[in-house]
Amino acid sequence: MTTATATATAVRTRTLADSATMIRRRLKHMLRYPAMTVQLIGMPVVLLLLFVYVFGGTLGNGLGGGGRGQYLDYVTPGIILMTTVGAATSTAISVAMDMAAGIVARFRTMAISRASILIGHVIGSMISIAVSIVVVIGVALAIGFRPNADPVEWLATAGFLAVFVFALTWLAVALGLAAKNPEGASNAPLLLMLLPFFGSGFVPTDSMPTALRWFAEYQPFTPAIETLRGLLTGEAIGDSAYQSLAWSAGIALAGFLWSMRLFGRDPGR
Amino acid sequence: MTSAIAVTGLRKSYGDNLVLDGIDLTVAEGTIFSLLGPNGAGKTTTVQILSTLIGADGGDVRVAGHDLATSPQAVRASIGVTGQYSAVDKLLTGEENLMLMADLHHLRRREGRRLAARLLEQFDLAEAAGKPASTYSGGMARRLDLAMTLVGDPRVIFLDEPTTGLDPRSRRTMWQIVRDLAGSGVTIFLTTQYLEEADQLADQIALLDHGTLIAEGSPAELKRLVPGGHVSLRFTDDGALTGALTALGTGFLDTSDDDRLTLQVPSDGGVASLRTLLARLEAAGIEPADLAVHTPDLDDVFLTLTGNPKDKDAVR
Repeated sequence: MTTATATATAVRTRTLADSATMIRRRLKHMLRYPAMTVQLIGMPVVLLLLFVYVFGGTLGNGLGGGGRGQYLDYVTPGIILMTTVGAATSTAISVAMDMAAGIVARFRTMAISRASILIGHVIGSMISIAVSIVVVIGVALAIGFRPNADPVEWLATAGFLAVFVFALTWLAVALGLAAKNPEGASNAPLLLMLLPFFGSGFVPTDSMPTALRWFAEYQPFTPAIETLRGLLTGEAIGDSAYQSLAWSAGIALAGFLWSMRLFGRDPGR
Repeated sequence: MTSAIAVTGLRKSYGDNLVLDGIDLTVAEGTIFSLLGPNGAGKTTTVQILSTLIGADGGDVRVAGHDLATSPQAVRASIGVTGQYSAVDKLLTGEENLMLMADLHHLRRREGRRLAARLLEQFDLAEAAGKPASTYSGGMARRLDLAMTLVGDPRVIFLDEPTTGLDPRSRRTMWQIVRDLAGSGVTIFLTTQYLEEADQLADQIALLDHGTLIAEGSPAELKRLVPGGHVSLRFTDDGALTGALTALGTGFLDTSDDDRLTLQVPSDGGVASLRTLLARLEAAGIEPADLAVHTPDLDDVFLTLTGNPKDKDAVR
């Protein structure tokens, strides 16, 4: 083995070990302070119940006469994506809080893998989002959501969501790093919260006025919702899956590069 | 002796604000070096640069034999930093904080656990080990902070105002910890705005003011830079005082003594000059009731050198 590859291997081992440590740290934070996680799960569950039981009867009839039951099937994919956006907000906040605390200054003066600090946030957040999504799907099933996905489609759903959440989380980390303080970090992803509404999350886009429909059809959440809906309830996916994966790849790359750039700067005084 | 830290021509500015204007300093291995200066002198910036946290605009820095610019990761592996604002994870317990450090230094679990237990004991934190660091008092958080710094067995430790905001008892505890560390061969780079602290701990002191070093030396050397040493002689009656003044040929009445019975005689405070002084008094048959030697303290040094009464509060 040459010195260069030996060094590269050492760096990779160190990054893995340090990332594992940072993920453990993040999970401990979540277990110790479950309020945030509870809120992450609570918000989409309340939205789900609200939309199904308050608006669902009327909206479902508008979809084709299926009433509340049909609307539940229609709205669940949108609610799942709302879950991921809510979690992204909390990721941005916890990154901003972490950067403001002295402990990250300590990490920066230690001979550890710098990327591991951000990787810990990304993977830790993905784990908490996964838990939230499972709970939300569980509630949807409990109140009568009847997906017709086979095991392969369920796997595809999990994989698709993992890619989407990965991208969203890197964006959230960048927003958290860019924020001057935790309060600022909580504002930035608010816009993201609105996107599922201005898409096909709650009603079909062809019911919208032209300008809004144009926006709704070309924003990243719509193909993601359509793909999810297709995988779970058997609607036609078309090229939504490719569009969504392209969006995810782009957002992940941009979020990652932006994060690394922000984190590489001298910490502000 | 090899130097643990060697700095030449260190410069840093934030926009138009020049924070460090060409600093040169050398710290010998195993010694305590104190960077002393008022708020805003550039102390924290210096520590942040030397500990790789922020970049410099110019100058050469070697820490523990490694070049800061070309091998920051090697520098990081040799240093420990305890900043002005405690760098502990407030959401974790004291023990978890130490285990976090052990993991990041890739110690084996059992080894890490043993080290954590030993440090908790040593820093008087064993009882609070299972409590979240957010519940710790200022002194406890600072001790935990320093304990975390020690996990990697650093050769050079940076302490940025380690006792600012601590009560007198915690401060003395911290001083003892610092002395013990230096005793074990670790090099310590300490910043402080307390003259007493530098005087108590440091082998070498550098005075930083507005981004430049205005003096450097041992506490004793620095004190010699300023005049103002004298011997105070108090007498029981006016006659003895007048007699002493005649015998010595010099002296001033100490106006702070309400009885006007104290004479201040300029002196370097050394043994030889004291002996001469006492011999003259004895020859004149005069016995002082009380004698006190006043050597200038670092307060005098600082005020003389900065000449800036505005800073007086800061250097109190």
